[in-house]
Amino acid sequence: MKKNRAEHYDRLTHPLVREDGVLRRATWEEALDRAAEGFRRNIGRHGPDAFAMLSCARSTNEMNYVAQKFTRVVAGTNNVDSCNRTCHAPSVAGLSAAFGSGGGTSSYQEVEDADVIVLWGSAARDAHPIFFHHVLKGVHKGARMFAVDPRRTGTAQWADRWLGLNVGTDIPLAHAVAREIIHAGLRNTAFIERATTGYEEFAASVEPWTLTAAEQVTGVPAEAIRELAHTYARADRAQLCWTLGITEHHNATDNVRALINLSLLTGHVGRYGSGLSPLRGQNNVQGGGDMGAIPNRLPGFQDILDPVIRARFERAWQVPIQPRYGLNLTEMLEAMAEGEVTTCYLIGENPVQSEADSLSCVKRLSMLDHLVVQDIFLTKTAQMADVVLPAGAAWCESDGTFTNSERRVQRVRQAITPPGEARDDIWILCALARRLGHDWNHDSAEQVWDEVRALSPAHTGMTYQRLADLQGIQWPCPSEDGLEPPFLHGRLWESDPARRGPAAPFAVLRHSPPVDLLDEEYPLRLTTGRTLDSYNTGVQSSGFASPLRQGERVQLSPEDAARLGLAEGEKARISSRRGSVVAPVHIDPGLRPGLVFMTMHFPDEVDTNALTIEATCPIAGTAEFKAAAVRVDRLVPAQAG
Amino acid sequence: MSVPLPPPRRLVELTVDGAPVRVPAGATILDACGGAGQDIPTLCYGDTLTPKNACRVCVVEVEGSRTLVPACSRKAEAGMVVGTSTERARHSRKIVLELLASSADLSATPGAAGWIEEYDARPARFGAQAATVEQPVKVDNDLYVRDYGKCILCYKCVDACGEQWQNTFAIGVAGRGFDATISTEYDAPLTDSACVYCGNCVEVCPTGALSFKSEFDMRAAGTWEESRQTRTTTICSYCGVGCNLTLHVQDNQIVKVTSPHDNPVTHGNLCIKGRFGYQHVQNVRPEPPARPAPEAPQDALASGSDVPRAASGSRSPGSAP
Repeated sequence: MKKNRAEHYDRLTHPLVREDGVLRRATWEEALDRAAEGFRRNIGRHGPDAFAMLSCARSTNEMNYVAQKFTRVVAGTNNVDSCNRTCHAPSVAGLSAAFGSGGGTSSYQEVEDADVIVLWGSAARDAHPIFFHHVLKGVHKGARMFAVDPRRTGTAQWADRWLGLNVGTDIPLAHAVAREIIHAGLRNTAFIERATTGYEEFAASVEPWTLTAAEQVTGVPAEAIRELAHTYARADRAQLCWTLGITEHHNATDNVRALINLSLLTGHVGRYGSGLSPLRGQNNVQGGGDMGAIPNRLPGFQDILDPVIRARFERAWQVPIQPRYGLNLTEMLEAMAEGEVTTCYLIGENPVQSEADSLSCVKRLSMLDHLVVQDIFLTKTAQMADVVLPAGAAWCESDGTFTNSERRVQRVRQAITPPGEARDDIWILCALARRLGHDWNHDSAEQVWDEVRALSPAHTGMTYQRLADLQGIQWPCPSEDGLEPPFLHGRLWESDPARRGPAAPFAVLRHSPPVDLLDEEYPLRLTTGRTLDSYNTGVQSSGFASPLRQGERVQLSPEDAARLGLAEGEKARISSRRGSVVAPVHIDPGLRPGLVFMTMHFPDEVDTNALTIEATCPIAGTAEFKAAAVRVDRLVPAQAG
Repeated sequence: MSVPLPPPRRLVELTVDGAPVRVPAGATILDACGGAGQDIPTLCYGDTLTPKNACRVCVVEVEGSRTLVPACSRKAEAGMVVGTSTERARHSRKIVLELLASSADLSATPGAAGWIEEYDARPARFGAQAATVEQPVKVDNDLYVRDYGKCILCYKCVDACGEQWQNTFAIGVAGRGFDATISTEYDAPLTDSACVYCGNCVEVCPTGALSFKSEFDMRAAGTWEESRQTRTTTICSYCGVGCNLTLHVQDNQIVKVTSPHDNPVTHGNLCIKGRFGYQHVQNVRPEPPARPAPEAPQDALASGSDVPRAASGSRSPGSAP
C-alpha cells in the first residue's frame, strides 16, 4: 500500500542560520537579528532596489498585505512578486488590459447555468475537481461542453467535442473561431459597436485564418473548429474557462487576449452566465495580487503609476512610494545574475524546483549576498538560505482570508498550533520590521484586514463578520450595506456611455509558435501538468499516502512508444537542449503521436524542470512550461538481431 | 444587467401535530417538521442528495393517505394534516429500526441508540439466528475503510459517487434482495477500481460503514473521542477553487476533514487532496528526549549537522562576485 509514497518533508520547528557554510539551529532572536542585519547591509550599500521580496501565494491576504507593505515601506522598493508569475500572471495582465480589472469575470454558479462551457487548456477534472463538479452540474442540465487541449484528458472525456490542438497553436485556433463567427454573421454587432474598440483591425487580422489554414497549423479538423465557433456564438450564456494550458507559454498574455477577443466578438462577458474564468492554481494567488504583492499594483489592484492613488498610500503609510514598477520574479532572477539584486526575502516559495530551467535558478540564487527563506519546510530553496525562519501553515495555523478563482474572499481560521517554535508569518514580518526601524505590531489578522479595507475600495464592505455570515463575499464589495452582482463588467451593457465606462479593446495578435523548436534531434513535444492527487513540487502532497500515486513517469502515445521500442514501466532517458532526466515510461492512449507528458510533482526523483525552457512571456514573465522539445531514448540499446 | 432571480415562492400552510406551519412551496414534510420543532429520525436522507426513500425511518401519517409517507421526499401541500407521532407512525418506525438494527451494526450510527430506546425497538427479538450483513472490514488502502457490516443500503454513497456529485461511478449496487451489497466493479479492491479517493461517499454515509482510516484506527485503539475534538472551518490550500474544509482536531492533530454541506463552493464535496492531504502540516520529527535549551550551542551544532547540503553545493554567504 505504501509503495508509491515519496519521501516526505518534516516541518521546520526552529530557526536556522548559516555558519561556516552549514545551517545550524538558532534562537529566534539571533535569526531575526541576522536576517535584519543582512537586509540593512545590502540596502545601505546598494540602495532599496537591491532588495527583492517573493511573497507567498499560499498564505493569507493579510500576510501578503504586510509583505508588500514591508517591501514598499521598510525596504523602500516595489520589487515584490510571487509564484503568480509562473502560472496566471498572463491572465491578470490580459484581463486588466481589456477590462481594467484582473479577476475572472464569472462565478461558479454561472457555470452551472450556462448553455455552453468551453474549457481551453484546462484539465479541470484533475486539477480543479470541485470546480469541475459545477461544470458537471451544467453538463447534466444540458450545457454543451468543449475541451480544447492537446491531451485527451479526463476533462475531455466529459466534453461533447474534444479539440486536440497542437501545443502552442491556441492563437491560430482562436483566430479561426473568430473568423468563422464573423463570416457566418454571428458576431454581436450591437455589443461590438457600443462596448469595444479596434474591431476593424481585429477582423482584418484574423482574415487569413480560414478553417483550412487553421486545420493545417492546429491539427484540429475544420469541422470541429466551425462547430465550436457556431455553438459559442449562438449560445445565450457561454463560459470560457482556461488554466495553465493558455498561460504557461512564451506568448501567454497574447493567448489570453485571443480568448478575450472571442468574448468581445460575441458579447459573452458582463452578463449573468456569460464570462471569462481563469482557474487559479494556488489557494491565494488571486488574493496575493489583489493585496499588491506584485510589482505594479498597490493593494486593491490599484496602479502604482497613478499619482492620486500613490498619494493616498503615502499618507497612510507615511513614506514615499517609488513612482515606478518594481521587478517581477523573472526580472528579479535576472537582476540577481547581474548583481543588481543582492538580497532576497523569500516567503513560502520554492523557485529552485518550481522555476523553468531549474539549474540556472540555483545559480542565480547562489549569487545573492543575503537570502532569507521563511517556510514550513526546509525546501531545496531554503537549503540555500543564510537564515531560515520556520513559519506556520497559513491554511490551518493562521487566521485571515484567501481569495478564490471566483473572487470570493473567504475566512481562514486557525485550527491547530504550529509545531515547535514555528511562528505566524505576520508575527515574523513585524519582528523584522521592528528591527529595521518600523514599530509594527499587528495584534490580529482582523486588524490588518481592516487596514486593507480602509485602503482598497474593492474590499471595503467585507468585515470579518460579514465574511463569516455570507460564507465569503466576491469582490468588488465597496459597501457594507449591499452586495454586487456575482459577475464583473455589467457596465459594458449600459446604454448610457458615461455609465458604460471605457470600452474594451480587441487585441491584434500574431501567432508565435513555441520557442523550443522541434527538429531531428529533439523531435517530441513535451508538455507538463498536474495529476489529481499531487500538487506542484510535491512538498505538500508527498505528506499523505495516496493510493493513486505512481511517481514521475514519462507519458507517451502508443505510437511513439512502439516506434521507440519502449514498453510500459521501462526506464527511458528524456533529454532537452538544457538537461536530461531518467523516468519510467507510461503509455497513454490519450496522447497523440509526437506529444509527451510529464508532471513536476516529484522533483527530488525526476527534475522535470531541468528539461523545460525559460522562454518567458515579455508582458507577464511566465515561462513556457507547456512546450519543450525533447527526445526520448531507451536506456539500454536494443539487442542486435 | 443583473442576476436572474428565481420566481417567487408561494408559502403553503399545513398542520403538523395539530400546529399550523407555513413553508415555501416545494419544501418537504421533513422541512415543515423541522420548522415545527419536530425531530424526525432520518438515515437515508441527505441534505445534499435527492431523496432515495430507502430506509423508511422518517415515515409520518398524512390524513387521507392510505399508506404512511416518507417525510424526507413528500412535498408539503396546502391543507395537509401531518401526524409525526401517531401510533401507526411510531409502530412503523419501531419495526424499521428493529429490522435494520438486527441485520446491520448500528453502533456507529449517530442517534440510533436514542431512537431504539425512544421507540422501544427490540432488535434482539428475532433471535441469534436472524440474518445479518456481518462481514469482515475491507481495509485495502491508507485513506478510508469499508465496513459493510454496518451498511443499511441507503444508496447515498452510490449517489454521491455517481451522477449527483462526483460522477466517478466507482461503486454501485450488486446482487438482489437481502444479498444486495454496495460494490466496486467485480468487487475489486478499491485500489483496482475507478475510485479517486475524494471521500465524498464517506461524507454522506449515515452509519459509519464508510469511515476515514484515521478515525477507524483511532476507534480501534480506543482513542477516538469526539467530545474532545474541535471543528474549525477554513479554506483548502491545494488550488484556487477555494473549497471550505472543516478540520476535526483532537490533541492538536487533524484527525478528519469534512466540508459544510451548505457551502456554495463545495456543497460538502472535496477531492483527494483537500480531504486527505493534510498530513504534511503534522509531519514533525520527534524532538530528541532530554532536550537542552535552544540556546545551547552543542545542540545547535548537532541539529545543524542533520541539515542536508545546500542544493548548490557551494552556497555560502558572501559568495557573490
